[in-house]
Amino acid sequence: MIQVENLYKKFGKNEVLSGLDLSIEEGGIFAVLGPNGSGKTTLIKSILGMVVPNKGNISVGGISIKKNWKYRKNIDYLPQIANFPGNLKVKELIRMIKDLRQMPSKEEELIELFKLEPFLNKKLSTLSGGTKQKVNIVLTFMFDCPLLILDEPTTGLDPASLIHLKKLLQKEKSKGKTILVTSHIMQFVAEVADTVIYLLEGKIYFKGTIDTLMEKTQQTDLEHAIAAIATTPNHA
Amino acid sequence: MFYSERVLVFMLLLWVKCLVGNTIPICANCDIRSIKEGITVASDFDTLLIKKGTYKEYNLLVNKPLTLLGENYPIVDGEDQGEIIRIVSDNVTIDGLFIINVGTSYTTDYAAIRVVESENFVIQNVVLEKLFFGIYLEKSKNGKVYHNKIIGDAIDEYNSGNGIQLWYSKNVEVEKNIVQHVRDGIYLEFSDNITIKNNTSTDNLRYGLHFMFSNDDVYSNNTFENNGAGVAVMFSKRIKMTGNTFKKNWGTAAFGVLLKEINDAEISGNTFEENTIGINIEGSNRIKYINNNFIKNGWAIKVLGACYTNSFSGNNFLYNSFDISYNSKLNDNVFDQNYWSEYTGYDLDKNGIGDVPYRPVKLFSYIVNKTPETIVLLRSLFMDIIDFSEKVSPVFTPDNLLDANPLMKPSK
Amino acid sequence: MLKILKYSFYDLIRSRWSYVYFLFYLILGFVLLFLNNDVSKAVITLMNIIIILVPLIGTIFGVMYYYNSKEFTELLLAQPVKRSSIFFGQYLGVAGSLTMSLVLGLGIPFVLYGLFKSDAIFDFSLLLVTGAFLTLIFTALSFNIALANENKIKGFGYAVLIWLFLAVIYDGLFLMSLIIFKEYPLDSFSLAATMFNPIDLSRTLILLKLDISALLGYTGAVFKQFFGTHQGLFMSMLMLILWTVLPIWRLVHKAKQKDF
Repeated sequence: MIQVENLYKKFGKNEVLSGLDLSIEEGGIFAVLGPNGSGKTTLIKSILGMVVPNKGNISVGGISIKKNWKYRKNIDYLPQIANFPGNLKVKELIRMIKDLRQMPSKEEELIELFKLEPFLNKKLSTLSGGTKQKVNIVLTFMFDCPLLILDEPTTGLDPASLIHLKKLLQKEKSKGKTILVTSHIMQFVAEVADTVIYLLEGKIYFKGTIDTLMEKTQQTDLEHAIAAIATTPNHA
Repeated sequence: MFYSERVLVFMLLLWVKCLVGNTIPICANCDIRSIKEGITVASDFDTLLIKKGTYKEYNLLVNKPLTLLGENYPIVDGEDQGEIIRIVSDNVTIDGLFIINVGTSYTTDYAAIRVVESENFVIQNVVLEKLFFGIYLEKSKNGKVYHNKIIGDAIDEYNSGNGIQLWYSKNVEVEKNIVQHVRDGIYLEFSDNITIKNNTSTDNLRYGLHFMFSNDDVYSNNTFENNGAGVAVMFSKRIKMTGNTFKKNWGTAAFGVLLKEINDAEISGNTFEENTIGINIEGSNRIKYINNNFIKNGWAIKVLGACYTNSFSGNNFLYNSFDISYNSKLNDNVFDQNYWSEYTGYDLDKNGIGDVPYRPVKLFSYIVNKTPETIVLLRSLFMDIIDFSEKVSPVFTPDNLLDANPLMKPSK
Repeated sequence: MLKILKYSFYDLIRSRWSYVYFLFYLILGFVLLFLNNDVSKAVITLMNIIIILVPLIGTIFGVMYYYNSKEFTELLLAQPVKRSSIFFGQYLGVAGSLTMSLVLGLGIPFVLYGLFKSDAIFDFSLLLVTGAFLTLIFTALSFNIALANENKIKGFGYAVLIWLFLAVIYDGLFLMSLIIFKEYPLDSFSLAATMFNPIDLSRTLILLKLDISALLGYTGAVFKQFFGTHQGLFMSMLMLILWTVLPIWRLVHKAKQKDF
């Protein structure tokens, strides 16, 4: 689904990605993990075309993304910080995104699921962080794209919504979609992810199933496994 | 009784007829076919009635008191041979002729109509085209040039003449004439007590009106528009200019009026509109400028050299790029109770007079005098800032040059 | 792109600032006319204001909008939309709404005051055209600055600086160089220097209308050719268009290379 070859990216003097290679197969949930500043968001943004790499190739669905924007039709993206234009009402934002994408959407059931009806006519600037994140989730899941990229989807969510989110993820996965997730909540990762991708110093340090990871680090829970991985020799 | 009355009336008619003269018709089929012939056969006070037609004649010498009256504008065609009509007698009237093709010469000032050392002449309703000089009055007195139309086709100054020229003439009225496309529209030299009014002098190569060494003259209600250099008034005394309009005289050395060595004049009620310079004043003293309108000129008034005891009051300065420009720091002139459209002061006591004096000379006009290219910075914010600082504490401009009583509303 | 333009414009139309700007011009127009009671005089005063204020407002507003709409931009970047469309659309949205505020804000009072019956209508329309150009130019410049500076404060600083430079300092340097080199023929230089500053350029356009009698007082042949014929008008217009197109082109070009 996604092929990343020899990706380099520098911000000023700070080299964030240094020769990253990654291949993500179709179907399943992939968790991108790594310490702060390891380049998770940069990698995701590179795939989305928001960050322009210094070197290297990325292709999505077999098509190079360089000077291309149409491939984004097949991606649903949930940004890390849900900052929306404050002047718009929730309803207008949804309508606008629909207008921009011109695809069939199923926002009603999602709005119902997350109980957003009372907020539809409120301006986005007046919403709480959690509500914004719910709107964010609605915007992401309302279309039916083969690739989903979620950057910290759990931020600010209440337990009920978190459960809904997990269900949603499983549902989408069952449709054979490819889902890319970053998160700092290891419990969440452990629950949803099939494959873990661990980034360190701009490279893929580990890629494999959670079980492989535990085995390798000889830990019993994911949190400790992740904490221990950096000290373990690289065999990815 | 009845009979004698009749005789009396007859005698009276005969006497009147004798005084007024006979009417001699001139036309292609008449007894007399040319104007020259007519003048020869006519006796004093006769009228030559010139009927419609074309008369190819020049060097016509009118040497007795005659009236040359054209009927339906007969054409007198000089065929570029030289002067056309020369009047050397008193009491001559020229009326209703259409005179064309005056000869051009570099040595002699050929005119369509020349009056030489004569009195009581009237030149009216004459149309002149394709001329060198138009109407030329030479050492003549007590005459009238009325309602003529002079349309030249001057291109270069050196081979063109003036529309109406007065030289050493006195007590002449020049009224309601239209002069266009000649060198100087109206030119006066050494001519005193002349009245020039209601004339329109436009599109002339050099000056609309040009006069030198002529005193006690009155110019009123004339219009001077789009002349090469405007109107020049030089070396004259006690001139009165009222109610004239000076418009659209654009160019490097163009102005509404140039005053050079003029003393004791009065300039009132005139309108100066869209001229590069409204009035250009050089060495002129004791002039009163009252109730004039200066509208949208480049410079409303430009003062060069020493000008003393002039007074400006009741004038309206509206939207000029520069109101006043001085090239020296000296000022002996008085500005009082004028209206300045750029004035931004206030009138708290509501007496119609601004409570803060107005300084009409900008630092920028001083800079432009020194470095003309800086004109492209006109109305720049930077200029406004330095103008403002100069206003607060004058360094380069005369510090006593101000209107202490600026009007809040334009004067009528 | 039209969709982005639509949403930016929509967004701005609903923001308080557009109304503030619109009301500002509305009030300015009425106050000027009330104080002067004369359309011609109001036009002259207005010109001085437009030449300084429109660039300032365009710059500030452009920078402000860019930083404020960062989220919107980021939201759009993940959508299947061309990058150049996003920025060009946003730019047009800002510049368009500013221009509209200017034209309506000033237009309404002048029309109510009998502009159509006055002979100042041509001067006034020239004023609005110039104001529109200045808005387009300075919004584009400010977008360029904002795009190059992640730091809001820095961006604002540079934007104000560029305005200050073009509105005041440039003319000061220009004047000084004219005075220092006054022994040399300067008319080509001074015209060229005018062309390199959009504010001076707009000023020249208006001078051509209001102060032509003064401009023709200068002897230089190049000046005469420039101001005395239609050449001046055409050249100034052409340069203004160039001044508009170049920053927009650079904006779109730079936006393509930027990381978000």
